Amino acid sequence: MPDQDLRVAQRSQTQLVARRFRRHRLAMISLVVLLALVLLAFVGGWLWKYSVADLTPDESVPPSWDHPFGTDAAGHDTFAQVLRGTQISIGIAVLGALVATVVGTVWGATAGYYGGRLDTAMMRIADLVLTLPFLAVAAVLGHNLGGSWWLIAAVIAGLYWAYVARVARGVVLSLREKEFVEAAKAIGAGDARIIFRHLVPNALGSIIVNATVLVAIAILLETALSYLGFGVRPPDTSLGLLVSDAQTAVDTRPWLFFFPGVFIIVIALTINFIGDGLRDALDPQQTRMRR
Amino acid sequence: MTSLGTPVLEVADLRVEFRTDEGRVPAVRGVSFQLHRGEVLGIVGESGSGKSVTSLAMMGLLAGSARVSGSVRLRGTELLGASDKALSRVRGQSIAMIFQDPMTSLNPVYPIGYQVAEAIRAHHDISRDAARTQALQLLDAVSIPNPAQRVDNYPHELSGGMRQRVVIAIAMANGPEVIIADEPTTALDVTVQAQILDALRSAKERTGATMLLITHDLGVIAGQADRVLVMYAGRVVEAGTVEEIFYTPRMPYTLGLLGSQPRLDMRRQRLHPISGAPPSALNLPSGCPFAPRCPLAAPVCEAEEPPLTGAGGHLSACHFSDQLVGLEPGDLFRPVSQDSEL
Repeated sequence: MPDQDLRVAQRSQTQLVARRFRRHRLAMISLVVLLALVLLAFVGGWLWKYSVADLTPDESVPPSWDHPFGTDAAGHDTFAQVLRGTQISIGIAVLGALVATVVGTVWGATAGYYGGRLDTAMMRIADLVLTLPFLAVAAVLGHNLGGSWWLIAAVIAGLYWAYVARVARGVVLSLREKEFVEAAKAIGAGDARIIFRHLVPNALGSIIVNATVLVAIAILLETALSYLGFGVRPPDTSLGLLVSDAQTAVDTRPWLFFFPGVFIIVIALTINFIGDGLRDALDPQQTRMRR
Repeated sequence: MTSLGTPVLEVADLRVEFRTDEGRVPAVRGVSFQLHRGEVLGIVGESGSGKSVTSLAMMGLLAGSARVSGSVRLRGTELLGASDKALSRVRGQSIAMIFQDPMTSLNPVYPIGYQVAEAIRAHHDISRDAARTQALQLLDAVSIPNPAQRVDNYPHELSGGMRQRVVIAIAMANGPEVIIADEPTTALDVTVQAQILDALRSAKERTGATMLLITHDLGVIAGQADRVLVMYAGRVVEAGTVEEIFYTPRMPYTLGLLGSQPRLDMRRQRLHPISGAPPSALNLPSGCPFAPRCPLAAPVCEAEEPPLTGAGGHLSACHFSDQLVGLEPGDLFRPVSQDSEL
């Protein structure tokens, strides 16, 4: 039957994107590594025999079977601490990037769709946020708001939404001139429906790619904040805090410094590569990977 | 066309002006017409004559830089100046629109069935499943083969002709009273055009809608329309039934359009095109805008713009419309030269 022949060739949008992503080897490897890390942090941290606060009798021992990442001077198991730090760092980065993306997308898409004075007013506010020296403002806010992890995420989101808003506005500015927007108006769709059901889904490619890059940026910003002492506070820990605590021990007990540092680099790197892969997979103009 | 009574749609003295950096551009200069139930009104004219702007102005879809005045009444209700919210209820529900290019008028990220269902759900509070069932029937009504399978296809998986059928299905989704088709076949292959016109006709019959068919293709008009408006430089220059326009044109421009159209029913026929180009809307001539290209032009043409007048339903805007009786395009316009013919 001819109908069945047609069915075989059919592929949904999602399948096409997934297919193109799978062909991006570096992105696939990164995805596997990142998922393994996340699994290790969230499941492994829970199963591991020591918890963050546990004081073991072994003080300042190098990596061994009992303590794979060694211990610090107080007897904390570094493996348990790195896993907990990874949980917190990823949590902050993902939440911060998510909130920034949602707020920025709504802000930018609204400004871009309406244009005119509203656009000017909204984007000047966003520009104002972009001119703030991120690290300094984040440090002041983090210092005064206390160190709970979701507050740090809120600070990061509060600083980066404007960046997303600019991207979303740019995409929407070009999309709103497309005929399908006029067609949507012609069937009686309201403004909100056009923005959120027609414009944003079409801009999703750029927004998703941006969000992944934002996660990587947020990991590094959190690290920097905690390193400077304005982020997560003990007894809880994050990767940045671990690096900061270990800065005096680089020569004597390098394992305290080395492992959290490697985790930061691996997480930031894999997320960037995944973003790269997504950009290629989501770009409809991209034909090189399509077959 | 004979069904008198209250018109479904009444457009009176519609004027549209765009404000640009170079000055004010009058795109539509006083267009009036009435649409009666079940009839098809064709609007012909070349690019820039104000056809599309007229239709967009009726729907309230023009950008903010456009100044629209006059009156557009749907069953007595004024649409010009109505709030965007009130217009949203009219759009798609009472007046539907079919756009020129089906490649761009469908949203690329949604399956076609979803888009048809969305048009229904925008005006009716019904469940997704019910809307989908109706969408299937609509896709079937516009002769999309295997609608049950096609309903989940994305626009890029369909050909141009199939996409335009989807656009037509969307337009007829809510049983509108008026369907505005803005050059529905221009972007398509000639071979597909006839099928799309069939789909349009069945859409019209199914919904009982009145249709405004905008095109520059006289062949499409001849086959589909009951009455015709000929537009030039933002004005209606001739109005009448299809027979009147095609067999007894009263305006040199109409005659020129007919002479520019190749015909299959005449052997060894030469084309008699209109020389020159339409005037820029930025600086229209003071008199008749067609005068610079018109073989009949006299001083009076440059002095004053002729009003649209005439007996019965056949109106024309020409100082010399009486002289045109019985003339063929070849009597007024020069044929294309021998060497430019292939």
